[in-house]
Amino acid sequence: MWLFTSFVQAAPLRLATTTSTDNSGLMRELLPYFEAKTGYKVHVIAVGTGQALRLGRDGNVDVVLVHAPKAELQFVEAGYGINRRQVMSNDFVFVGPKHDPAGLRRLRDSVQALQRIAATQSLFISRGDDSGTHKKERSLWEKLSQKSDPAWYREAGQGMGRTLQIAGELDAYTLTDRGTWLVFRKRLPLELLVEGDPRLHNPYGIIAVNPKRHPHVNHQGALALIDWITSDEGKHLIREFKLEGRPLFVPIETTD
Amino acid sequence: MDGLLGTTQQALQLLLTGNPELWTIVGVSFSVSLKAIIFTTPVALVLAFVLAYLDFPGNRLLLSVFNSLLSVPTVVVGLLLYLLLSRQGPFGDLKLLFTQTAMVVAQMILCFPILVALGHAAMQAADQRAWETARTLGAPPWYAMLTVLYEVRFALITAVLTGFGRIISEVGASMMVGGNIMGFTRNITTAIALETSKGEFVQGVALGLVLLLLAFLLNFLLGYFQGKGKLIA
Repeated sequence: MWLFTSFVQAAPLRLATTTSTDNSGLMRELLPYFEAKTGYKVHVIAVGTGQALRLGRDGNVDVVLVHAPKAELQFVEAGYGINRRQVMSNDFVFVGPKHDPAGLRRLRDSVQALQRIAATQSLFISRGDDSGTHKKERSLWEKLSQKSDPAWYREAGQGMGRTLQIAGELDAYTLTDRGTWLVFRKRLPLELLVEGDPRLHNPYGIIAVNPKRHPHVNHQGALALIDWITSDEGKHLIREFKLEGRPLFVPIETTD
Repeated sequence: MDGLLGTTQQALQLLLTGNPELWTIVGVSFSVSLKAIIFTTPVALVLAFVLAYLDFPGNRLLLSVFNSLLSVPTVVVGLLLYLLLSRQGPFGDLKLLFTQTAMVVAQMILCFPILVALGHAAMQAADQRAWETARTLGAPPWYAMLTVLYEVRFALITAVLTGFGRIISEVGASMMVGGNIMGFTRNITTAIALETSKGEFVQGVALGLVLLLLAFLLNFLLGYFQGKGKLIA
């Protein structure tokens, strides 16, 4: 039994998370503290939210950190995950070409922004990969009567960085999380145009994969990470994490 | 953006200063692909020999199957293996998805048909008398087989190098079953894909240079051994 537990301890903790947390460098900053404190070795698999949840559902990872509240709740309700906690948030912004053909500059209303893009038939690049960002974008389109049209609406099917690059090359608009935007801003001929709409709020949740469905998962490790990342130390590190001199994520204060 | 020249310069600098992260990635690539080729070669060559020297029903069919597997897309192998190794798949209990072992298996599958097809071609071109002479002199079949393999050794080395070239440079299967985990399953090609997606071209170019250098080296060796092969024939 002792041998067995020590073997379980040595197994890596598998975290499926989104490209937005990994590419920004947040995980690389945070996880060494957790690893030093608990002795777990964390393997980060960075994919879109849709794929991350799928990895959790199939029991291929132990814990998921994603940003799509609706999908997260469904994930828990379906019994795939337990112990969901809100971790932090940042926000989505609209970026687009400097000459701004659809006239989005200084708009606050995200749905109105999409309306103008549609009305002027300005090129819009969608993630198109079922990621958290893509889910958010689709939920905004659903509020519009106007349908997107392939003549000016293109799905990249790739990560946020790639999608921003494509938008830059094609002088197009896109919806991005602020973190990835800050990383790429300098290299892109694009400008931040719409921000501050409450609908563009982007909360991240962490969920342990249900050990009842998948008895093999490293559930102890998952709980340790969830406890740590929502602890004062975790929150402090999240708050202190800066990209290009700017804070990127705000920890969410939970009551429980 | 610094342009191609500036990026390449920075990339060279990164390589020469011995950036540890970069060399870990290179190490993963070599360790995985070398294991794959070493495990595959003996089995594939014996099968190639059997196909070339034994006449049995289905021989030709099997050969054409391997020939068509030469061009199987790496992502298809990746997807297939992903479904097999996933927790929901038949081999889920092995806990192999997102490990180096899974990458080795994927690359073994990718280089196996190459070794069989090229090995078979080499052995068929070999002088049948090597086999007959060895057998007449009383050598057991396995020893006679080694004699044949030795006769065409340069062509076989060419086959092995070609197989290695395919797997060290493939990205689709490694990405899918390896998961591109930093310091663990991130190899040269998946790192290039990731760095490019992040817009960090310097590290991508540095790793690309390593791969390019390797390609030149492999081609040089290929040319060398093909030349040797001609001398024998």
